Amino acid sequence: MLGRGLKSFSIASTLLVVAALGLTFFYAPLDADQGFIQKIFYLHVPLAIVALGGFVTGGIHGIKFLRSGDRRQDLRSYVAIHMSLIFGVGALLTGSIWARAAWGHWWLWDEPTLVSFLVVFLLYACYQPLRFSIEDPERQARYAAVFAVTAGAFVPLNFLAVRMAESLVHPRTLSSTDNLPGPMALTFLVAVIAMIVLFTTLVKYELAAKSTRMQLGRLKRRLSGEAPSAPLTTRRSAAPQNL
Amino acid sequence: MPALPLDEAGKYVAAAYIVFLALILIYVAIMAVRLARIQQDIRELAEIVEDREAGAPAREPHALPEEHARS
Repeated sequence: MLGRGLKSFSIASTLLVVAALGLTFFYAPLDADQGFIQKIFYLHVPLAIVALGGFVTGGIHGIKFLRSGDRRQDLRSYVAIHMSLIFGVGALLTGSIWARAAWGHWWLWDEPTLVSFLVVFLLYACYQPLRFSIEDPERQARYAAVFAVTAGAFVPLNFLAVRMAESLVHPRTLSSTDNLPGPMALTFLVAVIAMIVLFTTLVKYELAAKSTRMQLGRLKRRLSGEAPSAPLTTRRSAAPQNL
Repeated sequence: MPALPLDEAGKYVAAAYIVFLALILIYVAIMAVRLARIQQDIRELAEIVEDREAGAPAREPHALPEEHARS
């Protein structure tokens, strides 16, 4: 079952998000340099980390699909990338707000971290149109998996390239957590875990909804005497239509 | 750039968290629309099953003589 453990994940994500917000505003001390504006860090960075992780997860499911031909892996890959795009929009918007408050600009084009994230985001923004452009479900799943694997490999490479680049203003998060005082590090850790669990919950919701709709479609076609493997709708869709 | 005063920084922090909340709410709204569509599908399926159940006795062999009699 694709949406297994949905109830436990929903409860866990609610509790963790509330805990992360509580720690952010009532426990973590104010940053000596940026002051209150640094509170955006506990939202923006976990969003970006989870979005990038979701893109890589989509690639891993793409590999599994190419190896096994299991259409459920194609669905998982599609949903992981779809959800990562939503989280990516969140990371870009919150980052832009933070940049405006901290640096006085909504966006800096000479900042490798920002531009590289935008490049990755725009690369994945092509995923849905690619799927939509292919009518045959078999080819759609195969081409999308190849895209997911190639783009998924690009994410860590891009991450490493940016790490090696000289940056003037954007702070390095994962290599400089030693600089965070204990309460800030704890808050950040809880915020990252909360975002991972929230992402997983939303992915499970999406998988459960899509799988339920597919099952209903199959049942409807069976009752009306059509072939169960017939497409779910006559409209072309970027989402997988059948398992 | 020096740290913004709390009243100024508060607006930006609130905006960032509102963006996150808005994204979640939009997603929940989309899921609600999908749920409504699933409910509609279930209603249609129930109608198909009810129609079949209502029509089934007429197609039973013991119901045929009356039709034969008319023909």
